[in-house]
Amino acid sequence: MNNRSWRGTILFAVILVVMGGTVGLKLYGLGEEGTSAQTFAHSTPSGAASGSDTSGSTARGDTAPAQPSAPSGATDAVTGAAVDTRYGAVQVKVTFSGSTITGVDVMQAPDRERRDIEINRRALPILTQEVLASQSANIDTVSGATYTSEGYRQSVQSAIDQR
Amino acid sequence: MRFLETVMGIPMSIDVRSETDATGAARRAFRVLHDADLRFSTYRPDSEVSRINRAGGSLGTASAEIREVVTIGQAMANATGGAFRVRRPDGSWDLDGVVKGWAAAQAARELAGTGFTDFCLNAGGDVVVSGSPDGAEAWHVGIRSPDSPQRMLAVLAVTDAAIATSGAYERGAHIVDGRTEQAATGLRSATVVGADLTTADVLATAVFALGREGVGWALAHGARGVLAVDENDQLLGAGELSFAGVARAQ
Repeated sequence: MNNRSWRGTILFAVILVVMGGTVGLKLYGLGEEGTSAQTFAHSTPSGAASGSDTSGSTARGDTAPAQPSAPSGATDAVTGAAVDTRYGAVQVKVTFSGSTITGVDVMQAPDRERRDIEINRRALPILTQEVLASQSANIDTVSGATYTSEGYRQSVQSAIDQR
Repeated sequence: MRFLETVMGIPMSIDVRSETDATGAARRAFRVLHDADLRFSTYRPDSEVSRINRAGGSLGTASAEIREVVTIGQAMANATGGAFRVRRPDGSWDLDGVVKGWAAAQAARELAGTGFTDFCLNAGGDVVVSGSPDGAEAWHVGIRSPDSPQRMLAVLAVTDAAIATSGAYERGAHIVDGRTEQAATGLRSATVVGADLTTADVLATAVFALGREGVGWALAHGARGVLAVDENDQLLGAGELSFAGVARAQ
């Protein structure tokens, strides 16, 4: 498969579930064998709602790492609780600089079946890349909480509108 | 073609990609937004909402538009257990949490109804995108970092969608959690991606009012995806989030 052809269009379903002050990341695997490569991951609302329904041995508060209370610009890492998915446990470490993600490291990924290994070997690094890469992508418009003309004047949207 | 007008005190923009002149359609779209401001603004003593509030809040002779917005707002108030609200404790109406998204969604329908397929409407950070720009696969919508108006938290690649963001970073702690009557806490920023802006806008405010529990909750109430930053600068996400990537530019 041509790596570049689908890399930019892949649709990720990212569920970062907060559990006891930790961040867990869920990736749901392929639904059917025939699913196109563009939809590696898909999620369900019920999956999100039951996100804390883990095997019971995972972090839930007492084993959670300290939460970052970083001033803007500081770098912090948050290790998520291991989250059970239909393909096995997934655990990630998310690194922040302020509130900007600067890194996503996969600490644990499913390896129960060969297909799981294949899915995650390909999908997880791409997810990491795409989250990070998105921050430097060209933008057409900006969504933000803008309520005043002064706030607008300082915004990137203002610069876009002057183009 | 890009059009810019100040409505509700903030510049709003319409970006139409077409060979056809969109000036008339853009003018009508802005008219929709201005009309909503004239009818719903609590800052205008002559608005219909101000007249209703002076008369004690009764909707007896209220217009269909007022009733529609009230219905949307009250449905969300019920869905959030009162965290989202459109009525103050004194009984007066504050429909600002619904009106901007509702009006911008209507304005976008004005553009679509005129036959334009590729456009982006940005009403003070509430965004509707249709089609895609100039042969690209999708519109790239930056999500403002709560730390700085100059930085992006992430960039989403979307087509035929609405994106709304609520945050307390600009106007201070202004979104009240109706359950506690206190300023909402828990989140610094909440972005909702949905099929239409009316829903996305009220959901973004509702998620912000609910705090962290609102992130997963929103998926069951019409959100496609949610991206939020909590008070500890942790990123929270749920649903489908399609990130723009550098590979796309090739």
